[in-house]
Amino acid sequence: MDKYIFLIPLFPLVGFLINGLFGKRLGKGVVSFIGCMTIAFSFLVALFIWKDLLSLEPEQRVFTQTLWEWMSVGGLKVDISFLIDPLSMLMILVVTGVGFLIHVYSTGYMYEDESYWRYFAYLNMFVFFMAMLVLGGNYLVMFVGWEGVGLASYLLIGFWYQEMDNAVAGKKAFVVNRIGDFGFVLGLFLMFWTFGSLSYQDVFPRALELFEHGGLSFNSPVLVAICLLLFVGATGKSAQIPLYVWLPDAMAGPTPVSALIHAATMVTAGVYMVARTNVLYTLAPTALLVVASIAAATAFFAATMGVLQNDIKKVLAYSTVSQLGYMFIGVGVTAYWAGIFHLMTHAFFKACLFLCSGSVIHAMGGDQDMRHMGGLAKKMPITYITMLVATLAIAGLPPFAGFFSKDEILGKAFSFAYYPVAGKIIWFIGTVGAGITAFYMFRLIFMTFHGEFRGTEEQRHHLHESPPTMTVPLIILATLSIVGGWLGIPEIIGRALGHVPNLVEGFLEPVFEHSHNILSAHAPHVHVSEAVEWTLMSTSVVVAIIGISLAYYIYMVHGKDLPQKLAEKYAFHYQVIYNKYYVDEIYEFLIVLPIYYLSVFFWKVVDAFFIDGIGVNGPAWLVKRLSSGARLVQNGYVQTYGTFMLIGLISILCFFIYR
Amino acid sequence: MAGINEYIILACILFGLGVIGFLTRRNALILFMSVELMLNSINLMLVTFSASRADMGGQVMVLFIFAVAAAEVAVGLAILICLFKHMKSVDINKFDLLKW
Repeated sequence: MDKYIFLIPLFPLVGFLINGLFGKRLGKGVVSFIGCMTIAFSFLVALFIWKDLLSLEPEQRVFTQTLWEWMSVGGLKVDISFLIDPLSMLMILVVTGVGFLIHVYSTGYMYEDESYWRYFAYLNMFVFFMAMLVLGGNYLVMFVGWEGVGLASYLLIGFWYQEMDNAVAGKKAFVVNRIGDFGFVLGLFLMFWTFGSLSYQDVFPRALELFEHGGLSFNSPVLVAICLLLFVGATGKSAQIPLYVWLPDAMAGPTPVSALIHAATMVTAGVYMVARTNVLYTLAPTALLVVASIAAATAFFAATMGVLQNDIKKVLAYSTVSQLGYMFIGVGVTAYWAGIFHLMTHAFFKACLFLCSGSVIHAMGGDQDMRHMGGLAKKMPITYITMLVATLAIAGLPPFAGFFSKDEILGKAFSFAYYPVAGKIIWFIGTVGAGITAFYMFRLIFMTFHGEFRGTEEQRHHLHESPPTMTVPLIILATLSIVGGWLGIPEIIGRALGHVPNLVEGFLEPVFEHSHNILSAHAPHVHVSEAVEWTLMSTSVVVAIIGISLAYYIYMVHGKDLPQKLAEKYAFHYQVIYNKYYVDEIYEFLIVLPIYYLSVFFWKVVDAFFIDGIGVNGPAWLVKRLSSGARLVQNGYVQTYGTFMLIGLISILCFFIYR
Repeated sequence: MAGINEYIILACILFGLGVIGFLTRRNALILFMSVELMLNSINLMLVTFSASRADMGGQVMVLFIFAVAAAEVAVGLAILICLFKHMKSVDINKFDLLKW
């Protein structure tokens, strides 16, 4: 089956080309069919490859396929190649599986839109590039996918580009992403310079070899530099501090786009990249510390920003930034499988949350402000139940999915072998963040679905449950939000339940084997007793319950007056957090405006005046002046001409006589 | 008896007169005459050298020059007549249309 790996990206590419070139003429039915079936086929191919993968022994679970040689330049030889191992297998199943559900949902959500065909073309293009990113066998193919999903994101955020704000949001996403990509590319250069290759199957063995034989020391500066530069790219793509600012603005795009790209798949590319590069990161603990610290900060601060937002999608956006922080905490404390596991569960419940919010927005006639909602539970029962399930998952309550993945990350942070003290601090920040997460998510539920409706009469009449094309994906995703977590049951619970294995950890083990070997050989072993583990787990649950109760108290029991009074009493804090710590404004002032004025300078002075005026127009002006003088020689009188001829003749004669 | 020098000087003077006439006179016909004068001065020069060197080449060239000069005059006068029909004058100072 490994001969067919290329089909996974090929189907969406074909779908993109057909819908993009002919979509306008094909009609909505055909466009929907092509758009959705391409992803379905990719998913099916992925399933077959998975079946074949599982039939192999765990150590041998690697499929590769090389399509052709892309470039052979100097010492750099890069092929268009694919690598399927447990990590990329899991990723591609999530991408195509959740992607398919979102495509189906979109057929309902985007039905009224006149650029329906363009939407599906872009969406297929996105899945194509994401597949290239995840399946690539070397960093350059990954980078092609990396850039491509950034492009798709730009096009889809600014999908309704007729509104200036949407176009600006798209531009912001792409530019911020590019800044991260600059770091990423520098990392690639350094990697090539150090290891002589960009292919996964060259770099990692070579790194291990150099480490064994002393060529590369533990925590060597080169390695730390490579890992940090790659992480800069990840902060851009996966919205961490300092490059997260594009994600809340990205909510300007259609809601299914927010679900697919800015929750389930594209933003997780950074996490995948770090997990893929686990060997290098494990050998560079300093880089890991930086990753985990930034991630913890992001998880916490983004959570605080989500507390006060009134736009339902913005709450989810900040929630995504925060949850991505958790994923990076996971990979940052060398719990690579846990980070990826949270990526998977997050894909399920965050996609569900976004699609549910889309359902709510549809019912509200396009209004996204939660202050106008309320009491929607009775009018939209399916949406309510699925959203509640997903919210319980993200809040981290057992037995829902989020509990298992988030808890695993926090537990591993607590026992971070390289930096035990930092690990405990990170655990603490993460746990507080989890409480805040539970708080703002249930605030969302209470404001949207409970209490009394606060919108206009017109909106009240329009409230309705969404059609099956939209509710069926919701139900599927909600179900996955429940059972998805059971694929990664931590050891102590598994034992308590009677030898239930941790399926995800076991499946991903071969990918992270070398890292685990390095850790056990070189890191001081932090032993966490079972009692401590149970305590940590209970703490998470307790913190989540506190968050939910607080939200219940403020928004349900005293919903009419307490939020207002708190806002007034702590007005300063309210303003700062509501305005997202003014980070956008600070960036605008410190970075955007100087660059803007610099570019205006380059435009008006350097380009228009110097280069155009003096460089190009200057010689033209000179020639014009000189020639308007020179032409006066031709005055039309034969005798003048004759005179000059005589003078010339005499000069020549003199020259020859007096030579 | 005049030596060769005198003939050469005469030819030069005639040539000079032709040049001056060409450059200073206003009447187009006088211009043509000056040109003929220049050509004939050259003819005189050629014949002189031919005689002094006993080489027939000079005289042959003179015959060429006669033929060419005659043809040139024919064409030139034809053009001048056409020009006169337009400009109603043979004052060359009036013929300044081919200018900047």
